[in-house]
Amino acid sequence: MAKTLFEKVWNQHLVKPQMADTPAVLYIDLHLIHEVTSPQAFTVLRERGLKVRRPDRTLATMDHSTPTTPRNAQGIIPVLDAQASFQLDFLTRNCKEFGVPLYSLGTENQGIVHVIGPEQGLTQPGMTIVCGDSHTSTHGAFGALAFGIGTSEVGHVLATQCLLQNVPQTMAIRVDGALHEGVTAKDIILAIIAKIGVGGGTGYVLEYMGSAIRNLGMEGRMTICNMSIEGGARAGMIAPDETTFNYIAGRPFAPKGKALDKALAGWRALPSDDGARFDAEVVLNADDLVPMITYGTNPGMGMKITDNVPNPANFADVSAKMAMDKALTYMGLQPGQQLIGQPINVVFVGSCTNSRIGDLREAAKLIKGQKVADSVRMMVVPGSQKVKAQAEAEGLDVIFREAGAEWREAGCSMCIAMNGDQLQPGEYAVSTSNRNFEGRQGKGGRTFLASPLTAVASAVNGVVTDPRLMVERMKV
Amino acid sequence: MEKLQAFTGKVVALPINDIDTDQIIPARYLKVTDKAGLGEACFSDWRYNADGSPKPEFVLNKPEYAGSQVLVGGHNFGCGSSREHAPWALMGAGFKAVISTYFADIFQNNSLKNGLLPIVVDDETHKQLISLAEEDPNIEIHVDLASQQITLPDGRKVTFPVDAFSKYCLLQGVDQMGFLLNLDPDIVKYETEYTQRVNTLEPVEL
Repeated sequence: MAKTLFEKVWNQHLVKPQMADTPAVLYIDLHLIHEVTSPQAFTVLRERGLKVRRPDRTLATMDHSTPTTPRNAQGIIPVLDAQASFQLDFLTRNCKEFGVPLYSLGTENQGIVHVIGPEQGLTQPGMTIVCGDSHTSTHGAFGALAFGIGTSEVGHVLATQCLLQNVPQTMAIRVDGALHEGVTAKDIILAIIAKIGVGGGTGYVLEYMGSAIRNLGMEGRMTICNMSIEGGARAGMIAPDETTFNYIAGRPFAPKGKALDKALAGWRALPSDDGARFDAEVVLNADDLVPMITYGTNPGMGMKITDNVPNPANFADVSAKMAMDKALTYMGLQPGQQLIGQPINVVFVGSCTNSRIGDLREAAKLIKGQKVADSVRMMVVPGSQKVKAQAEAEGLDVIFREAGAEWREAGCSMCIAMNGDQLQPGEYAVSTSNRNFEGRQGKGGRTFLASPLTAVASAVNGVVTDPRLMVERMKV
Repeated sequence: MEKLQAFTGKVVALPINDIDTDQIIPARYLKVTDKAGLGEACFSDWRYNADGSPKPEFVLNKPEYAGSQVLVGGHNFGCGSSREHAPWALMGAGFKAVISTYFADIFQNNSLKNGLLPIVVDDETHKQLISLAEEDPNIEIHVDLASQQITLPDGRKVTFPVDAFSKYCLLQGVDQMGFLLNLDPDIVKYETEYTQRVNTLEPVEL
């Protein structure tokens, strides 16, 4: 019978299938951990006298509560927050005691957990990958089944390398056509979430397909899969192809030589079979897409940058109207107003959604020779130390600095605002991150989610700006 | 893990759609290495002013709703991050069950692993519960996992879904890690038959 990519990966990892009264037992190939969602799990292991079953399938990094401020004279990134410092030390102690490899703060491979997996070649097609972080869906870009788990489940995987899971449903998301200049992978996923809604993917694993997806590089695919969770989906996947294989080849943990040939044979068999059945399907046309931006307080509240903010009075459903009222009040926006021209205070380029070298190259190309508006603070935060080093080798840091932007150390930074990088109450930001929830980027802060291109264009003008004119001018 | 008992408790409604885990427990409280203090920080940004004083108009701060054990949220409760701190915070704030029309996947999973019962009801019951709680802070409902039913103040019983395994674990006080540990022979067998794919301890040599 024809099978989907998801079904193939799922079936290959069943230690035990789902039964009437027990969930499936799913084997996990790669478990990524970080300082915020692992401490209580290690404590449980210690209390029960358990070991980490497969430290060789586990990798830890520091990213969420880490500062991105410059290194001191000794080359160390100082952690001034005592609680964060304790949490980071706790991860170090846990990794040492349980034999788990750790990329510590400031070391050459450290970075955002979803940036380093692919970067190291650890993220590979057909794998099951979990992490105590909802944006684990990022790794699905490689044709892996990757999803976020809670701390109890982090403990389960540490102790047994397995998870108890009920079979999810599948949704095909087809995006055919070709993107126009100035429209990016970020705009595709913001358009998808605006269409299905912030809960529309609940209970589903998504598979993105179609020519517009095929034509994206791995970084664009990661941006799309990254935000699957923002539509409520458990995971998002893209079938692996030559683009995927070329990206993986030669990376430190990627198979090589004969092992690679063998792996490739397996990977090539992964894409969904013709006629494979999905439980739901959504279709978009890339030709119709323009740069997207969010106006509200969840990622589903997004629109074309040229549109006007919706009017809650036009909503028939009472709870939807209330939600819109509440969101616009929080955002300080008027029903029906344009967002283009809306003054902003901060621009954040970074996060597991848009902090890879390709994102930084695009942003640098657009901002080169321009200046960040005096009224705007712009932060550029590379996703990993490797990305940072690569960007510096290409002189991107100089371009950003000369434009008046801050060039920071690697980490989650202002996407999660638990590390010192945050908005002040009332401030507006155009952010390349993934969540515009109330207070997400700092208590009282107001977030417009957008692509790196929209972020740069807005930084230069000091107001929300459609990047297409600037992209057009740059070509001339 | 303690066995989950049937209980009768007061109800408070927070009828806002898509309540995300950043509202339930803002990220700045996630720097803990245990579960201490999360209950006090639950809904922190909605509950407290900048100076730390409680906002009197916020429903969870109203004295008549103190001691509520059941929270009725809007659709898609618990969306956003995977932080298990969200159910820990709700439980720390005294809640034993949350009712909505549907829950975000990870939040629902995390809640079931901690004995915070996520109860899915139909639209009509949902609306009725919100009205009841808003009209009378003293109404109580009975929650019984064994029969998978809540009993409303008028005696009407509403059945809710829960997967058989979670139900068994919660009622018997079985912890899921213990269940997985008992599967060791199956896991060993799988690992033996399974081709090694990745080793995080050492990069592949060229």
